[in-house]
Amino acid sequence: MLQMNTTAKGLVAHGISTCIGCGLELAARVILDVLGKNTVIVIPPGCAALFSGYGKETVTAIPGIQSNLGNVAAYAAGIRAGFEVQGRHDINVLGFAGDGATVDIGIQALSGALERGDKIIYICYDNEAYMNTGIQGSGSTPPHAWTTTTPAGKTARRKNMVEIVKAHSIPYVATASVGYVDDLRKKVENAKVSGGPAYIHVHSPCPPGWGFETDKTIQLARLAVQTRSWILCEIVDGVTKLTHPVPKPKGVEEYLQTQKRFGELSPEELTAIQEEVDKEYNKLLKHL
Amino acid sequence: MQKQPSEPMTNCKHPNKTKVLFGPVATIFSSTKTGTWRIVKPVVDQEKCSFCGNCQKYCPTDVVTIQKETENRGVSFDFDYCKGCGICANVCPKECIAMIPERGE
Amino acid sequence: MMRKMLDGNGAVAEAMRLAKIQVVSAYPITPQSPISERLADFVADGSLNAKYIRVESEHTAMACAIGAQLTGVRAGTATSSVGLALMHEVIGVAAGCRVPIVMPIVNRALVSPWSLWCDHQDAMAVRDSGWLQFYVENAQEVLDMTLMAYHIAEDQRVQLPAMVCLDGFFLSHMTDVVIVPDQETVDCFLPPFKTHNLYLDPNDPMFINDLTPPDDFTEMRFQQQDAFDKALKVIPEIMDKFTVMFGREHFMVEPYCCEDAEAVLITMGSMSGTAKHTVDQLRKEGKKVGMIKILSFRPFPVDLLRQYLAKVPRIGVLDRSASLGAESGPLSIEVRAALIREKDQQDIFSFIGGLGGRDVPPETMEKAFNLLLADKPLRNTVWVDVKENALNIREVIV
Repeated sequence: MLQMNTTAKGLVAHGISTCIGCGLELAARVILDVLGKNTVIVIPPGCAALFSGYGKETVTAIPGIQSNLGNVAAYAAGIRAGFEVQGRHDINVLGFAGDGATVDIGIQALSGALERGDKIIYICYDNEAYMNTGIQGSGSTPPHAWTTTTPAGKTARRKNMVEIVKAHSIPYVATASVGYVDDLRKKVENAKVSGGPAYIHVHSPCPPGWGFETDKTIQLARLAVQTRSWILCEIVDGVTKLTHPVPKPKGVEEYLQTQKRFGELSPEELTAIQEEVDKEYNKLLKHL
Repeated sequence: MQKQPSEPMTNCKHPNKTKVLFGPVATIFSSTKTGTWRIVKPVVDQEKCSFCGNCQKYCPTDVVTIQKETENRGVSFDFDYCKGCGICANVCPKECIAMIPERGE
Repeated sequence: MMRKMLDGNGAVAEAMRLAKIQVVSAYPITPQSPISERLADFVADGSLNAKYIRVESEHTAMACAIGAQLTGVRAGTATSSVGLALMHEVIGVAAGCRVPIVMPIVNRALVSPWSLWCDHQDAMAVRDSGWLQFYVENAQEVLDMTLMAYHIAEDQRVQLPAMVCLDGFFLSHMTDVVIVPDQETVDCFLPPFKTHNLYLDPNDPMFINDLTPPDDFTEMRFQQQDAFDKALKVIPEIMDKFTVMFGREHFMVEPYCCEDAEAVLITMGSMSGTAKHTVDQLRKEGKKVGMIKILSFRPFPVDLLRQYLAKVPRIGVLDRSASLGAESGPLSIEVRAALIREKDQQDIFSFIGGLGGRDVPPETMEKAFNLLLADKPLRNTVWVDVKENALNIREVIV
C-alpha cells in the first residue's frame, strides 16, 4: 500500500531534511543498499528519525518502526522473534541508532539482545553527541570536545563501545566509517551473513556539531582513520583483524584542529591526546 | 496485436480499494525539494574527469549519475535535491568539480 | 475441559497457553514471577509453541511484545508494580499504535514505601494510558477474562491493548478449583490472530509510529476514545458469546442485592468476594445492603452504574489505592463523575483501604457499610482501615 509519490535510485528517497553534508545520510543509503528490501528497520528518535517520516510521509521504502530512545535493540529482538516463529528467517532486522541511543540510554537493551544471541543487525552511527536535540554530550563524545553540556570541553573519557560489544562474544563486530564506503559495504554484507547478532559502529562526522565546512565530511572521516583516532577493525568470532592498518599515522593535530569543537588545544593537551590514541592503537595490535 | 500488461500500471494492486488505518503511520513515499537549500552548486570539467565514481559514491543525497557510454557521456546531478554540500568536489581525485555560486556572481 | 487446582498466576498461564501466544517476553517480579516461569515450562515441554525472549527488563519486555505482535503473532508479557512503572513510556506505544496485546497485571503497590503486596496503585497509575482494564474477582475469572480479553482487544471495532488485573497474593497465589477449557473449544471461541491495522511486512512496507503533526494528533486520540466507546458494546457481546460456549457468566458491572438496597458498596478485584459475603451477613441482621463489582474499569461503564444505582440512596466506593492529593480514590472519583447529573454528590462516600497488602476482611466491609447507613453524613474520604496512631508509627529514641 506504499504510495510512491517520488522516484529514487534505491530504498531511500533523495530529498531528506538531513543537514548539508550529513555523514549519517550517506551511511544509511549504503547500509540499506546492501541489506536490500527484505529488511525491517527500527529507528529511535534522533537524526535518523528523519528517515522514519513525518505524518503520512516517509522517505524509506522498507517497513519500519520508530522506537523509544532506549529500546531499539528490544524492538528489533521482538520483531526478529515474531518473524522466526512464522518461519520467516530470511528477513533482515536492523536497529539503526545514534551514539546517544546506543552507548547511553540504549546500552541495556543492546546488552540484553547480544547476551541472548538475538539475530539482529545493530548499526550505530556515531556523530559523537546528541546531535538532533542540539549537540549535547554523550558517552561517545571524545575528551576535550565542546558540546552544549560540556561547554568547557568534555573532561571524561569516551566509552569504548567496541570493547563492550566484544565482551558479549557475538559472531560479528566491526567499526566502519563513512569515509570508507567500500569497506562499510563489505562489513554490512558480513554482518548480514554472520548468522547471529552483529554490531557495526560507524563513524559519522557532523558539520554543524563538530564545526567544519560541509564539504569536509569525508575528508575528516578519513583523517580520523589516518591519525588512528578512529580504528577500522573487525572482530569475527572473537578474533580481531585490522581492516585498515595505519602504520604511518598523521599527527592527531591535523584531525582535531580542523574542527571548531576542539577549540585551541594546548601543546600539553595535544600530547596527551596523541599518547592516548597511540596507546589504544597499540593495545589493539596486541589483540591481533 | 498489443499484449495485455500482466501488472496493472498503477503502483497499487487494487487502485480503487481503500481502507482506513488507525494510529501513526506513514504510507506515502515522498521527498522534499532540498535543491532549494543550495548556495553553491557543483560544475564538472568533463574533460578532466576520469570517471572514477568517487563523487557518486560519496554523495550523501545520491544525486550523482555517471554515464560512461559515448552518448550523454559525463557526470550529471539531480538539482532538485542536490544540497550543494561540496563533498563531490572534495573527494574528486582530479579536482575537476568546482562549487560555483548558485545565483551567479 | 479439566478441573485443575490453580492459583491466579497458574490460571493466567493456562489462558495464555490456550490463546496460543507465540512470543513470550516476561520479566520476573514478585508476585508475577510464577507466570514467567510457567510460560517457560510450557515452551520447554512443547505445550506452547513460542519463542521465549528472556528479557533483561520490563521496559524491554513491552518493546519486544509490540515488535513481535506487529509481525503478526500474539505476544505475551505480564508484570506488576514497579515493573509496570518501568514500562510506562512503552505502553503508550502499544495503545497509540493500536497493538492489541493482552497483559496480565498482578496488582501490587508502587514504591515507596517498598511493598511486595496487593494494592491497585500500579494499574491505576496507568489508567489513562489507552489500555482496556479489567479487575477480576477470582481464579476462574482470571482465566475467563484473559481469554475474553484477547477476543475483545483484537476485535476490529476495538483494537486496543488490554490489562487483566488480578490482586497480588490474594489472587495470584491463592489456589482454587479452576475449570480449564480444552483447546478445541477455545479455538472455536477465539479466532486466530490477524493484523488488521498496522503491521511490519517487507511485502507491504509502512513506517509505524513516526512523528505526528499537531494537525493529526487530536484525531488519533479521538480514534482511541472512539474505540473505548465501541468497546462498551463489544465487551458484553463477547461475554455473551463466552457464556454460550463455556457456560459461565461475566458482567462488566455485577450488582449483588441492589434492588431494594439502602446502601451499596462498590468494589473491584478480589475484595468483591468479601463484599458479597458481608452483604449476606448484614442482610441476615436485617440491614438492607448490596454491593456492585466493577469488572471493566476501562472503558468505565457509566450507563450501567447509573442504571443500577438509580434508586439507591447511599453509595460507597472502596478504593484499593489512594489518589494522593485528590479529593478521593481514583475509582471513587470516576463513580462520582459518572453519577454527577443523577445523584446528590452528598450521597456518595469514598473509602480507601487494603493498601500495601492489608487484608480487607468482613470487619472492614462492615465498618464501611455501617458508616454508610448512619444518619450522620460522612465528610471527606474515610481511610477505613487506618490505625489510630497513623502519624506515630515510627517513634524513636534520640
